[in-house]
Amino acid sequence: MENNQFRKLGAKITGLTVGFSVIPLLLLGITIYYQFSKTYTAKITENLATLVTNKARALDLFLDERIAQLRIIAGTQPYAKVSQAEHLEDILRIIRQGSESFIDLGVIDQQGNHVAYCGPYNLQGINYKNEKWFHEVMARGVYVSDVFMGFRKFPHLIIAVMYREGNTSWILRATIDSGVFESLVRSIQQGTHGDAYLVNAAMQFQTTPRFGLTSSLKDHLGTPSRFSGPRIIATSSPSGDSLFGLQWLQRKDWMLIVREDPKEELSPLLRTQHYVLATGLAGMLIILMGTLILTRLMIRQLMRAEQEKALLDESLLQSSKMAALGKMAAGVAHEVNNPLAVIKEKAGWIRDLLEEEDVKNSENFQEFRDSVDKIETHVDRAKKVVHRLLGFARRMEPLREKVDVNAVLEQTLSFLENEAKYRNISITTSMQQNLPRILSDTSQLQQVFLNILNNAIDAIGKGGDISISTQADLRTKELHVTITDSGPGIPRDIEKKIFDPFFTTKQVGKGTGLGLAISYSIIDKLGGTLRLENARNKGASFIITLPLTPQEG
Amino acid sequence: MDAIRVLIVDDEPDLLETMVKRLNRRGLEVTGVDNGEKCLEYLRTNKTDVVVLDVKMPGRDGLEILEEIRKMHPFVQVLMLTGHASVRSGERGMALGAFDYMMKPVSIDELLEKIRQAWIKTRSRS
Repeated sequence: MENNQFRKLGAKITGLTVGFSVIPLLLLGITIYYQFSKTYTAKITENLATLVTNKARALDLFLDERIAQLRIIAGTQPYAKVSQAEHLEDILRIIRQGSESFIDLGVIDQQGNHVAYCGPYNLQGINYKNEKWFHEVMARGVYVSDVFMGFRKFPHLIIAVMYREGNTSWILRATIDSGVFESLVRSIQQGTHGDAYLVNAAMQFQTTPRFGLTSSLKDHLGTPSRFSGPRIIATSSPSGDSLFGLQWLQRKDWMLIVREDPKEELSPLLRTQHYVLATGLAGMLIILMGTLILTRLMIRQLMRAEQEKALLDESLLQSSKMAALGKMAAGVAHEVNNPLAVIKEKAGWIRDLLEEEDVKNSENFQEFRDSVDKIETHVDRAKKVVHRLLGFARRMEPLREKVDVNAVLEQTLSFLENEAKYRNISITTSMQQNLPRILSDTSQLQQVFLNILNNAIDAIGKGGDISISTQADLRTKELHVTITDSGPGIPRDIEKKIFDPFFTTKQVGKGTGLGLAISYSIIDKLGGTLRLENARNKGASFIITLPLTPQEG
Repeated sequence: MDAIRVLIVDDEPDLLETMVKRLNRRGLEVTGVDNGEKCLEYLRTNKTDVVVLDVKMPGRDGLEILEEIRKMHPFVQVLMLTGHASVRSGERGMALGAFDYMMKPVSIDELLEKIRQAWIKTRSRS
């Protein structure tokens, strides 16, 4: 497979794995976040509703209490008594002991005349007959005013109750300091952006707001009509989101508005959101890294397998090529051998006849003799080729004897010493001491070593080095023999052909092109491998690998 | 000294003819036949000292003929000629009682020498 295909496969695997792991993670994250946010928002809304209800109830209770107090006074004190200023003052003193919020008390007869008053201002004698609140209290029996500054210059409100004594009615009227409202409402103002205030039906403030009415709420509500129970409104504006809790008071047409900043209230949610986001991102990163590492490992493994397969294919191809060529070589050799024998005999016969006296005297005698010599020489040459061919084809079963590879190499080198010396080639050896003996065939190994060393000497020509090393690898149970020469090396384009029979780079007649093919075949038979390691411009290395323990079969 | 009587058996007529001529020229009394049956037939009627027998022949091969010769003419020495690939059959021939075996193609001088040795052996026995 091409590198490109591997890269594409890697990308596909990475994409799929990441996709299949990240999508569920993403779904999980989104679901968790969404559910949490829903629950949390519901909780906040609920809390706000409870808060606004409770506070509204407290405000109602406050008003109820004041009204009840006034009613008790009106019910228990006869008009004759309360219309006297001194007596009224006593009553004010007594109720002020219970609640500081009472500022003054006044008694008004049914004509609207302020008959008695006690308090810090002089209001006695004022007639309220034309005031709106006077008519309302006369009609309904109780009246609660909006908060106003009035001429007292501080926020207050008025509560008035009517009492009937026989045919006459009178009104007990009290001014209440609305500071109590202020403090009650202010206690609800939460966080740094929270707000709480009371408004009347015309959306006028009854208590001091912290920040004022937000325009977003005003737009949202318009002029609100009464509704029962709490109402939660969420608004958003460029200045920020707001959450409003609204509740009308029962006693008065006032609405309690509590404003919360969802950012503050939801901050645990936002924190969770960040956690979820961070955890999700970290998870994705881990998945991505894991996938990349895994994919790379997998692809590397695949590539290695592919390479091994290619090598195996190559060696199988080489083996089958050898086998086929071996058979053919044997056939060819036999067919060539017989004509060669005939030619040789005929040449011999001519040589015999040349001994005849009359032929000897022929003027072309020398020519005949030379020709016969040449014929015999070339028949011998052909014979050698045929013999080697048959040697290649014969595939003799190798022996299984204990072989000391170092000793075989040294013996082989002794054959070549003179040749090497003559050609000024130095041979260095680095043999592993105590090399384990292997089960192999001494003479066949020697043939291989001789072949490779002869080639090395031929490759160098004159002046150079040959180095030989042996090494046992106990881990892979292999023995390596490396023969390196300082010759010109083997050109890349013929690297693949050097083990083919009849492939030679030597001059015609100098080599048969069978040496390496036979060597390859022998090593193959011995259960090992023979390969070339080419360092260009630095000569060639032949590496023979033999099994330390013999292979079965 | 009597001439050595030699019978050459080979299925390649050119080779056979030439070998016969060359050995005759060297003072031997040589006859050639081109298959095993002819060889056995010849031996029945002609006195022969040495048979040069090619192993690879059509019909009955050299080894079978060798066995026959050993049975019927125990004093005749047999020299086997083998191809390179059939060294083993040469060895088998030795086991079956051949005097020696030679690999083709053989040089005429070596063949002559081997025939002489075989003849000497025949002489010493008879």
